[in-house]
Amino acid sequence: MYKYFLRYVISVLFLLGISGQANADFKVGFVYVGPTGDHGWTYQHDEGRKAVEAAGIKTTYVESVPEGADAERVIRQLAQSGHDLIFTTSFGYMDPTNKVAKDFPNVKFEHATGYKREHSNVSTYSARFYEGRTLLGHMAGKMTKTNVIGYIASFPIPEVIRGINAMTLAAQKVNPDIKTKIVWVFTWYDPGKESEAAQALIDQGADIIMQHTDSTAPVQVAEKAGVWSFGQASDMQRFAPKSILTSIIDDWAPYYVERSIAARDGTWKQQDTWHGLKEGMVAMAPYNSAMGSDLIKEVEQLQKDLASGKAHSFTGPIYDQKGNMLVAAGSVADDGMLAGMNVYVKGVEGDIPQ
Amino acid sequence: MSFDINFIGILIGAVMASSVPLILAACGELITERSGVLNLGVEGMMIIGAISGFALMVVTDNLFLAVIGSMLSGLIISIIFALLTQSLLTNHVATGLALTIFGIGMSAMIGKNFVGIPGKEFPLLFVDLKESVPFLGPIFFGHSIILYFAFLLPFLTNYFLKNTKLGLIVRAVGDSPTSASNQGINVLLVRYSCILYGGAMCGLAGAYLSLIYTPQWIENMTGGRGWIALALVVFATWSPIKVLIGALIFGGITILQLHMQAVGLRIPVQLLSALPYIMTIIVLVVISRDSRKIKLNTPTSLGQIFYKEK
Repeated sequence: MYKYFLRYVISVLFLLGISGQANADFKVGFVYVGPTGDHGWTYQHDEGRKAVEAAGIKTTYVESVPEGADAERVIRQLAQSGHDLIFTTSFGYMDPTNKVAKDFPNVKFEHATGYKREHSNVSTYSARFYEGRTLLGHMAGKMTKTNVIGYIASFPIPEVIRGINAMTLAAQKVNPDIKTKIVWVFTWYDPGKESEAAQALIDQGADIIMQHTDSTAPVQVAEKAGVWSFGQASDMQRFAPKSILTSIIDDWAPYYVERSIAARDGTWKQQDTWHGLKEGMVAMAPYNSAMGSDLIKEVEQLQKDLASGKAHSFTGPIYDQKGNMLVAAGSVADDGMLAGMNVYVKGVEGDIPQ
Repeated sequence: MSFDINFIGILIGAVMASSVPLILAACGELITERSGVLNLGVEGMMIIGAISGFALMVVTDNLFLAVIGSMLSGLIISIIFALLTQSLLTNHVATGLALTIFGIGMSAMIGKNFVGIPGKEFPLLFVDLKESVPFLGPIFFGHSIILYFAFLLPFLTNYFLKNTKLGLIVRAVGDSPTSASNQGINVLLVRYSCILYGGAMCGLAGAYLSLIYTPQWIENMTGGRGWIALALVVFATWSPIKVLIGALIFGGITILQLHMQAVGLRIPVQLLSALPYIMTIIVLVVISRDSRKIKLNTPTSLGQIFYKEK
């Protein structure tokens, strides 16, 4: 609680600073859930912001803004202090973004990874991270010796569940015996807790560690324990050079530049963007040569097929844990189903926390 | 699923490792509070200790210097707090909060250049015994020297407060600075020393995080542990031994809930995550039913500003 209170105090102090220098220029604001130095999720968004700045557009950002009521205040402050376009870069900012958008019809809002566009000035955008997870699953299934894959999950939302399912389906395809063990940490960013979760999974026999959280702590634990791991959101290779097989990289820069220029020139329109490997919003870091050249070739081929649409992460038949059919044989899951995914596929252990 | 006896040993070892920063910071803060000073800057001093330890490790490539340096930097930053509250008579609560905000901001600024540098291996003791002795091996061996020190510290602190003259002086200053002053005790000197000692211990707790527990620098890496350490001092009703027990309970529940998930026990995760906090509340309620127990150890003048009558 105190931590959130402090973050709030810091945010407010920071915003007071911003509001003092209001001017008529076009300005873009960014709201981050973690610190820009996390070397994961927020770091990549800030790289995108720097690209906007490089394109000659003024930007400001507020980092470490907790999801929930405090987020609304921060977003409102940005809107009030003359920002014309505001990117809110975490799932939990969904309702606050829409609430503020209602009161500021002239300000444009872009919410990452959400699905609510209640007003015409709200767009949503996300990346098809699950395509990357499919590649990770393929590698994990081939590389594991214990057949236990450890997965550090953040919050039970469709984005995270989609990743778990995509990874499990791909791993099962190459290794039917694999088991996915999941630990929910209920945080996007807490290095201590993330490394404890990684250690717990390793102690339970996992020899592959995967994370849907933002810090580099899990890959470092994996490096120390001598098991394989995958980086999240940005290339984490230098934190665990032996252990990391590859990282899923989020590249927001082209999208941010395009949308900022559109808003400045008055051509901005509401839209829902969901880009993947094809458009480059999801990219893969160099593959670790420890996998062997055969496996790397396989994965590179799969990556090409996913990008071209020849392969799909959710190709039927897919069943849920109870054996109900989710996707029929021969067809693929549509975007609506992917966006609202809230059940595990067959082969994942445990229940989704409610 | 592995429930053999050796695995339980590994679990207990993990619990001990996670409770070290809490024990160090809480024992330091306990001494500060026993002298009548409430320093809410624990989180700030810890994070400053974490970044200075890590930065020194990178620059000098010497872990010993890094550990000493982190304690010194915790001590130096606590001098600011001591100057403000003791010599300039500012409010303890407000000054402590400011110290935390300052520490977090300052560490992020210094740390910009140290993000993304992998840490160095910290030497662990008796690693052979850890592997060869079943069950007891992972509990007692294969830890860093700081862990052994942390587990000794509550007993040393207890002995210091109860059985030494200096300890008696600290308690006297905490209970009634005016009487202590009339007895000829230099209240300011005692309080300055206790604040500085608390700062050094918080710095060490931070260094444990950035050098041993998660060997790297990440912004905000203390993650609220300073606040938990503060709560532990109250939880323990200002008794060092209870600080140790509290830290183990807190660390234990944190680690166990992760393992229960990995094993696949079907207990709601949210309940498990909330357990440490629920426990704190329950213990506080139980303790506060008996007001004598609290009064026994509570420094009476805690957080009050002391004016020396001339």
